[in-house]
Amino acid sequence: MAVFIVRRSIGLIAVLFAITVLTFLIFFATPGVDPTRALAGRNPTPETVAAIKHQFGLDRSLPVQYLLMMKRLFISRDLVSYGNQALKVVPAITSAAPVTFSLVLGAAVIWVVFAILTGVLAVILKGTIFDPLLMILALIGISMPVFWLGEVANLVTQDRLHNTFLFHWVPPLGYTPLTSNPWQWFLHLVIPWITLSVLYIGFYARVLRANLLDVENEDYVRTARAKGLSERRVLLKHMLRTSLITFVSLFGLDFGVLVGGGALLTEVVFGLPGVGKLTYDSLVKLDLPVIMATVIYGAFFITIANALVDIVYARLDPRIRPA
Amino acid sequence: MSVDGGTPLVEVDSLKKYFPIRKGLLSREVARVHAVDDVTFSVREGETLGLVGESGCGKSTLGRTIVRLLDPTSGDVKFRGRSIAKLGRRGLRPLRREMQIVFQDPYASLNPRKRVGSIIAAPLQIHGVGDRDERKKQVRALLATVGLSPEHYNRFPHEFSGGQRQRIGVARALALRPKLIVADEPVSALDVSIQSQMLNLLDDLQEEFQLTYIFIAHDLGVVRHVSDRIAVMYLGKLVELSPAEELYERPIMPYTEALLSAVPIPDPDLSDQRERIVLQGDVPSPINPPSGCRFHPRCRYMTDICVQVEPPLVDYGNGHLAACHHPLNVDKETLDRARVSERHTPAAADEHAKPEDPSGASQPVPTPDIQRSSVVRRIVDYSKRPEEQT
Amino acid sequence: MIQQGGGALGIGEIPIGPTWQTNYFIGADAQGRDVMARVLYGGRASLEIGIGSALICCGIALVLALLAGFFRGPIDALLSRLMDLIWAFPVYLLAISLATVLLTKPNGLQWGFVHVDPSSLWVPTAIIALVYVPYVFRPVRGQVLSVREKEYVEAAIAQGASNGRLMFGEILPNVITTVIVMLPLMIATTVLTESALSFLSIGVQPPKASWGTIIDDGQSLLYTRPWVAIAPGIMIVLTVLSLNVLGDGVRDALDPRAKLRMRG
Repeated sequence: MAVFIVRRSIGLIAVLFAITVLTFLIFFATPGVDPTRALAGRNPTPETVAAIKHQFGLDRSLPVQYLLMMKRLFISRDLVSYGNQALKVVPAITSAAPVTFSLVLGAAVIWVVFAILTGVLAVILKGTIFDPLLMILALIGISMPVFWLGEVANLVTQDRLHNTFLFHWVPPLGYTPLTSNPWQWFLHLVIPWITLSVLYIGFYARVLRANLLDVENEDYVRTARAKGLSERRVLLKHMLRTSLITFVSLFGLDFGVLVGGGALLTEVVFGLPGVGKLTYDSLVKLDLPVIMATVIYGAFFITIANALVDIVYARLDPRIRPA
Repeated sequence: MSVDGGTPLVEVDSLKKYFPIRKGLLSREVARVHAVDDVTFSVREGETLGLVGESGCGKSTLGRTIVRLLDPTSGDVKFRGRSIAKLGRRGLRPLRREMQIVFQDPYASLNPRKRVGSIIAAPLQIHGVGDRDERKKQVRALLATVGLSPEHYNRFPHEFSGGQRQRIGVARALALRPKLIVADEPVSALDVSIQSQMLNLLDDLQEEFQLTYIFIAHDLGVVRHVSDRIAVMYLGKLVELSPAEELYERPIMPYTEALLSAVPIPDPDLSDQRERIVLQGDVPSPINPPSGCRFHPRCRYMTDICVQVEPPLVDYGNGHLAACHHPLNVDKETLDRARVSERHTPAAADEHAKPEDPSGASQPVPTPDIQRSSVVRRIVDYSKRPEEQT
Repeated sequence: MIQQGGGALGIGEIPIGPTWQTNYFIGADAQGRDVMARVLYGGRASLEIGIGSALICCGIALVLALLAGFFRGPIDALLSRLMDLIWAFPVYLLAISLATVLLTKPNGLQWGFVHVDPSSLWVPTAIIALVYVPYVFRPVRGQVLSVREKEYVEAAIAQGASNGRLMFGEILPNVITTVIVMLPLMIATTVLTESALSFLSIGVQPPKASWGTIIDDGQSLLYTRPWVAIAPGIMIVLTVLSLNVLGDGVRDALDPRAKLRMRG
């Protein structure tokens, strides 16, 4: 086990290193791309450009640039934004991360609960009209662009039906930290949570249903039925338990992706100042250091989360533990 | 060698094929599978050599190495006297016309996405034989040759039964008119009722096209009818090589004896009379093969020398070779005349360890109920072909 | 027929949809452009990018998977590690990175003979194709690895077939179904991705429009002219929904055991 963890960690460090190199190359070494353009303003004189280049170390050779950048990002943590020199990149990300985390965590709770309900219900109602109906609904959920759904939700809750009893409680777009006012935190996030979870409810419900139908023909399920167990016990104790393995592994991946920056669109639509919003705001200003830092943050988060999932898995399931 | 009379078409010389087992970050080689371990024999033009052994003994690997689907680890394969072991892809191309292989699994050996016509025409196309129409004509003729209808040209493999698929495989192998066909268990995946049809077809084709066969099988029942000579392999080693009839009459190696006892006899009385030798234990791992004689952990005549010394291949006359310290069915006279065959004996074996006591008779027999006489009687039974036994 | 910019409009006369006129069926946007016409024209760009990038993506992934799975060894190691690396990035963030960089060059990119204009539809197409390559590469490579061991491939080697013939004549026909099964679902995914990138204003560049850019435009008009944002969204939902249904059907018909995973 220890050997496995060590080996996985070495692989992890290699991947993390590769991620920083690739990201750096994308941003600062793509042929024909000049990272200083956004900085120097319109029609800059060559002197201005040179001065700016020198200030950000962009007149050095590429490996030196890379090392400088990584040093400022990870060691001295004083990498500043191109646009706003007072904005330090690393603290900006660490202060935005809790917002993203709040958003994803709540959505995850909703999507897990409703996906299991929908999936199990579809299997129970198999053979009736409700099973295909639920699956079509799930498919519609998968087919909706999340940012569009968010806008429609805004339209309804902020404007059209805001003054009715239904949605008068919805606060204006924005965010309140959990530590300052838990109730407001909750109210601000309800609509974003639901919006973000719709896609995943649809997807997970379909996966779960397919899995449940797969295991239905397994011998151990037939044995359980033959033993005379009640349908409910068979479904919950025998079928659902095995099907949840896929479910849980997918969940680990998706949760990682969302916290790593995949919730960007939802954050933008609802004005939540998370990591995704930070990326988006820098995007508008073409503020390369910030974007690079958020991309590295996202990729790091996902990679490390995956490695942790692998290790936990190996701990739980000896079959996949490599010799 | 007097026994290798006719022109040898294929000479296999000290052939070894090891598969490395790699592990760890740097893919270090931690062990090797000794699939074929120093095997020497030759195949004469026009003959059929049966190659027999349990699954995992390396017989398929040997067959694939001979037609150079695998690269030998060391040793040499000569085709018509020319070494082909080191030839590259380009050098092998002309040779591909001369030697072909028929596979065991008629389901896996035909590309499910290609039509029968293009499967059989592929070798012609690769070697640029004829134009489109010419090839089509040849393929139809080939289909007829192997007993299929030319109308099958445009069908897909899944539309055929196992036996028909195997016929397609044979037609494909025949397309280039090769001299040598390695048949890798061509009937073992077929129903018993189909097996004899297939064997007859191969027999007819041998005559019609003057083919040389290396016929791989895992039991001695099948090869008996088609083989001129039979080679028995155990864990990568050649343990017995003999003219076919003699092997059935007079097996020398205890392993061959055990294989023979597994051949079914159609007559229940005769079947009851004979004793079935059930080999104990599994085939040992070819990664770390047993010392001395590789068969010793499962051999009922095993003594100390078997553990320590690898037996040489001894020529008992009439082209009958066997590697055993305690040969069966050999009288004193024959044993005196027998000479260690330097050509066939693996380098690792001790050439001075020629057996001195015949028939293993002086050795204690581990299982008390087995008498030597019963072994002799069994052998008489084998000397009759099944049809004679009824 | 619905035509772009049909009819002249004065200030205060910009219709808010939906109406029952053929012009301005669902109203006009802030600049007086017919939303319905823009949605239809935008749909062309969305579909072109979606289908184009899915095809390019599957093509690249197929060729790379064939090379990796067939030659194995260092080529496979290199390609697989590269794919793992791309896989490690969240799809949107990688697309954003690439798009941002390309957009920082106002006059387009000049690589040798290839000139790419930043407003060209090829920019989002190429970016979207690239980020999804690992998602197709992985399952196809696995299949190539297993097909390569089949006896019919050995038979072809025994006949003296060239590597190209083995890859494209023997192996390709047996893995292409996987790609065909994935294609409709890939298009569904790429259409969604395109709309997201355009919504973030790093996809299709003005004056060209796609469903994503129209939703982006509609964001500021949401409470006054909701149809500007709603209509293209409905188009996306319908398109992606039908592609998903089609994909399910194709999968059931060709490959009932295939389990496909798309992250978005």
